[in-house]
Amino acid sequence: MHIHFLDPYRPLLSPIHSQDARAKFVLTVAFILTASLTPFAAWPVYILFFSVLLSVEIISGLGVGYVLKRASLALPFVLSALPVLFTVHGQTLFAIPVGSWVLTASVEGLERFISIALKSWLSVQAAIILSACTPFPELLQAMRAVGIPRLLVGMFGLMWRYLFVLVDEALRMMRARAARSGENTGAGRKVGGSVAWRARVTGGMAGSLFLRGFERSDRIYVAMLSRGYDGEVRSLPLPPFTGRSWLTLAAGLTFLGLLLLFGIFFWG
Amino acid sequence: MLYSPVEPMHIPDGFLSTLVSVVLWVISAVAVAYALRRVGKDLGERQVPLMGVLAAAIFAGQMLNFSVTGGTSGHLLGAAIATILLGPWAAVIVMTTVVSVQALIFQDGGLLALGANIFNMAIVGVAVSYFVYTSIQKLARGKSWGIFVGGAAAAWLSIVIASLACALELALSGTSPANISVPAMGGIHMIIGIGEGLITVGALTFLYAARRDLFRIGEAAPRGSKAIWVGGLVIASLLAVLSPLASAHPDGLEWVAEQNGFLEAAHAPLYNILPDYVFPGISNGALATIIAGLLGVLLVFGVAVGVASLRRSKKA
Amino acid sequence: MHHSIEIDHLSFSYPDGHSALQDVSLHIEPGEKVALVGPNGAGKSTLILHLNGILLANLPQKKASGDSRVTVCGLPMEPKNLGRIRAAVGLVFQNPDDQLFSPTVFEDVAFSPLYQGLSPAEVEVRVKAALASVRMEAYAKRISHHLSMGEKKRIAIATVLSMQPEVLVLDEPTAGLDPRTRRALINLLRELPMTMLVSTHDLAMVREAFPRMVIMDEGRIVADGPTQELLANDALLETHGLEKV
Repeated sequence: MHIHFLDPYRPLLSPIHSQDARAKFVLTVAFILTASLTPFAAWPVYILFFSVLLSVEIISGLGVGYVLKRASLALPFVLSALPVLFTVHGQTLFAIPVGSWVLTASVEGLERFISIALKSWLSVQAAIILSACTPFPELLQAMRAVGIPRLLVGMFGLMWRYLFVLVDEALRMMRARAARSGENTGAGRKVGGSVAWRARVTGGMAGSLFLRGFERSDRIYVAMLSRGYDGEVRSLPLPPFTGRSWLTLAAGLTFLGLLLLFGIFFWG
Repeated sequence: MLYSPVEPMHIPDGFLSTLVSVVLWVISAVAVAYALRRVGKDLGERQVPLMGVLAAAIFAGQMLNFSVTGGTSGHLLGAAIATILLGPWAAVIVMTTVVSVQALIFQDGGLLALGANIFNMAIVGVAVSYFVYTSIQKLARGKSWGIFVGGAAAAWLSIVIASLACALELALSGTSPANISVPAMGGIHMIIGIGEGLITVGALTFLYAARRDLFRIGEAAPRGSKAIWVGGLVIASLLAVLSPLASAHPDGLEWVAEQNGFLEAAHAPLYNILPDYVFPGISNGALATIIAGLLGVLLVFGVAVGVASLRRSKKA
Repeated sequence: MHHSIEIDHLSFSYPDGHSALQDVSLHIEPGEKVALVGPNGAGKSTLILHLNGILLANLPQKKASGDSRVTVCGLPMEPKNLGRIRAAVGLVFQNPDDQLFSPTVFEDVAFSPLYQGLSPAEVEVRVKAALASVRMEAYAKRISHHLSMGEKKRIAIATVLSMQPEVLVLDEPTAGLDPRTRRALINLLRELPMTMLVSTHDLAMVREAFPRMVIMDEGRIVADGPTQELLANDALLETHGLEKV
């Protein structure tokens, strides 16, 4: 069984998919940065951000549901921002007595909390769209274009290539473990062994993965040597950045800049 | 089976202030660039296949779990194992690769927050692991117990200290006051760290039995290792000391947070120049929200209709 | 006495939509030795994974063709029975590297009795017996990782025998083995007394050791009968990508 459904890329034909990966990458990062710089409680700006994301999701053919579902996976972290309700000073919303203290929630605190949650949600959607509309090899090119060292990008590529192979191995090991996790009928015994034992067994599985990784990397190295590898990660020069892409990039950045100014002007 | 681990240490976008994110990006970039040069000198050509595949192995290793109680399960981060087997510089690169690809492909951790996540897991995690492991190894004077005790301690402490760094970053951003984030993060990770320690010992046991020679890779003290050892000690002490301090005096950090929050909210809003409402009874803020909402709906609707009609005309 | 394996009208599709099993029915009596053959992608591995609940279809269900059900050793396949089912069905996978994840052979074979909560003395007994069944008593202290492929395959079988299962299911046991090791493994499989289901491409082994053969193709069972008979049917073999032996 293969776990290719781990790969978020959805091969579809859409104007978004066909954009240059470099433009998409820069725009995604710019979007997240803009969202981060936008003041709290700038609801109209958040709404416009969301509309843009929805439009892109529709144009790309990904389907709104797909992106929103994946975005919701990141939600649990929101709990860490909960204290903001009570620590920001302002107009009192409600108060909860806890023992001898009283926790006062403020309107500003609530606004801030919701802003954080929204910004996070918007950012993760942008990142999801990027990874769903751009094959990873193109993302790697985009990273090279942006200036990330060739060596590092080469490692990312290898990790991605062998990720699925090794995750497959991990899943099979867990299956093998499950296949041996039987119960003795009516024995009345403590099933499952101790937690420490289970942890050690899991550690053994991890060790086995690393070991096979090591040995596999040896074989890969030999294969690379056989093809003339000398330590330098070489690749073809990146295709020229077309005028259309410049246009997309400029338009996107301008739009984001305007939204940011709008936000700072009125809510800063 | 969807990949959706509960990773309390991968910070998503939106929780760190822009300033904190950018500063940590710069620090991480510098550290990773340096580590890259170092690894190049130590490993030479082998580095790309080795680091790449091991990063994949650590990622896959993070999918392994074991049930603790009820529904909870223990997981692996891997900074300690990577450090012990590969030495500190290579471990930094491997963990950076893992954390980066996780953010890029699986949105496990944000893109703007990636600098912070790299700092916490690939730099702090590795430095602390190195410091603890080598110290205990020296204590053990070459006896094998040093490997396992050192491994367990390195794994545990690296997780805890990394989580403290995470908590302080959240506090500095004004997202979560230190007197809550520090004990919460630190406390949870002191428990999670036990799982990490146990799994690490399990992995080391396996590897010690199967390929004892691999341990020499990490042990050969690379140049500059003294610096890392010191660095690890400094980071661990700083965070261990700062965190409770910050926790006890959250106002100090709040002051910092408010200062750096100036990018988000500082000057008097411009609309004070305009009257508080253009239409009687509706504040400007509410008006703007409504207009934006309408614009947004129009935009999305227009796009949806446009796309649908394009598709229909293509089929026709 | 109950059937060891009773599968009725089982259908299964993977999350990505790929339909792997279509209305599969299979009954295996205790003590039978059955071979499951067919081209890659026929659904053999998927079917096997249903036998100890690693893949759980939503059962029981009413289908047009009849009730969809999986019953193993008298136990209906549902979450509450999984523990006992896994103890009753020993599943051995194709790649031993994925099954030997403990440092030593002893620990790998001891995993299942330990999991079942047996006392150290009982565990010791089980491990010795399992290793004896595969003729590898001397290997207890060896490092799993250092063994040869053939040795690993036998140890992988032992890791499952220590559960004392009623049914042994093996996925491609002879794949990748040299002739000598293969011969030793076939002899071993002939010696083991329990009900056995083997998924394989090795038709020569099937002819020799498995009196009943089930042919799968594209998610369905297309033939089920005495091995000699099926192997004589050239047209059948060719249609489903099997070579005559």
